[in-house]
Amino acid sequence: MTPRIRFENVWMTYGDQVVLERLNLTVAPGEFCTIVGASGCGKTTLLRLLLGEETPSRGRILLDGEPLPAEPGPDRGIVFQRYSVFPHLSVLGNVLLGLELRASPVTGRLFGSARRNAQEEAVAMLEAVGLGQALSKYPTQLSGGMQQRLALAQSLVMHPRILLLDEPFGALDPGIRRDMHELVLRLWRENNLTVFMVTHDIREGFYLGTRLLVFDKLRYDPDEPHAYGAGITYDLPIGQADPGTLAQVLGRPGVSRRPPASSPQPPAPSGER
Amino acid sequence: MKRLINQRPGRVSTAALALLPFVALALFYVLASDARLAANPGDKLLPSFTTLAESFVRLTSEPSQRTGEILFWQDTGASLRRLAQGVGISAAIGLLLGIALGAIPLIRSGFAPFVAVLSLIPPMAVLPVLFIVFGLGEVSKVVLIVVGITPFIVRDLQQRVQELPRELIIKAQTLGANSWQIVLRVILPQLVPRLIDAVRLSLGTAWLFLISAEAIAATEGLGYRIFLVRRYLAMDVILPYVVWITILAYLTDFLLKQTSRRAFPWYHSGEPGR
Repeated sequence: MTPRIRFENVWMTYGDQVVLERLNLTVAPGEFCTIVGASGCGKTTLLRLLLGEETPSRGRILLDGEPLPAEPGPDRGIVFQRYSVFPHLSVLGNVLLGLELRASPVTGRLFGSARRNAQEEAVAMLEAVGLGQALSKYPTQLSGGMQQRLALAQSLVMHPRILLLDEPFGALDPGIRRDMHELVLRLWRENNLTVFMVTHDIREGFYLGTRLLVFDKLRYDPDEPHAYGAGITYDLPIGQADPGTLAQVLGRPGVSRRPPASSPQPPAPSGER
Repeated sequence: MKRLINQRPGRVSTAALALLPFVALALFYVLASDARLAANPGDKLLPSFTTLAESFVRLTSEPSQRTGEILFWQDTGASLRRLAQGVGISAAIGLLLGIALGAIPLIRSGFAPFVAVLSLIPPMAVLPVLFIVFGLGEVSKVVLIVVGITPFIVRDLQQRVQELPRELIIKAQTLGANSWQIVLRVILPQLVPRLIDAVRLSLGTAWLFLISAEAIAATEGLGYRIFLVRRYLAMDVILPYVVWITILAYLTDFLLKQTSRRAFPWYHSGEPGR
């Protein structure tokens, strides 16, 4: 079977600064990869590469065996931590937007029966994420968790080949976050998605998904911290990860710079971008 | 005692505090006017409120002996028409260029420095050019307003487009939008309330240019009338006109604000007190 995503010796450098080096990764369709690692270890860069916002300095990325397009497209859905939904559109309008854009290149709008059909599809998607009662609200009237549900529905209605999640629950309360975990797992199973999720919360990484990728520097020169880039230091099939492995991963210097994950972390500051 | 920055007035004191400067100004005017009129009953510089009120009634109700029109309303109509045309054209150009410059890097690289330089030309300095090119009629006055406020609106809207979160533009692309669809469905609708903001900010400047143009060459208009009667020291005409212009400017601003709140509730939901 062709891998859904394949990184072939990918390097990412900005000037002298090496962010990612020698990255090789093969992800099969239906895998749920969670990506953890310290700040500045290339997690977000990996996501930007997958989006097509950045192109690798060296090496190449294949999507279903074809070179990955060099700009974002409808085959890759994304949910950011913030600003994932359009403030000027209602909940229904937000989910409808993708369907309208696909069907109507000039006006970007649908009318008549085409609109009704699209609306039915959008409403079904919204009901699946638990927003069936909030169709006419604007995003500013929704809580943070509901906004992220909306962002998920908006992406999934397009049936993307891969779904990218960039710390989607980082700003949510612990209880809400647990609900969102269940929702994401259910949507992943029901829609047979391939998911890449970047998270700060290593426990979230262990709990969700089928595969945990830990990013850290492979080599480190204290005099020139930017001379070497990060790579994958752990690639764990989850389920086989026993508490000892978790402790070992947590014990790595790169990872343990984060506060100990014994309790759910407070909302992560969004200062990274 | 709370810190000064934490003390907030109640409803009644808010209204009272807002009225206070107006009352103080009126009182100061009455005292000064009385003092001057006591010294010289024929004084024209600070007419009494009674004279002002009589003059206002005369201005708004008595037709001109020469043309049969009521000059006050004729002037108001002429000025508002010029203002609306000038601001309307500026807003349209501003929206088009602002979006083009803000959303499309190729256009921005080509034209943003040019627009920045153009915006530094003092509009009043090119007024003679406008009079030469467009004549002394309506066009040159409207064009002066356009020349005066369009650069500001263009640059402001370009900035607003660039301030839209990068995430939204990427999200639109992952929903399959092409460049045109992104402009039409993502950028344009989010920019219209911001255009209203920019227009509200530039209205004061628009009035400035309108009255300047009318003062120099016109046959009707609020600015024309003020500068015409200046030679008779007719403060009893000038002052009502100035107050009237202020009221018009305030009403325009208020209407734009209310329109924006009605039409774009999502844009105003973060405002304090709502």
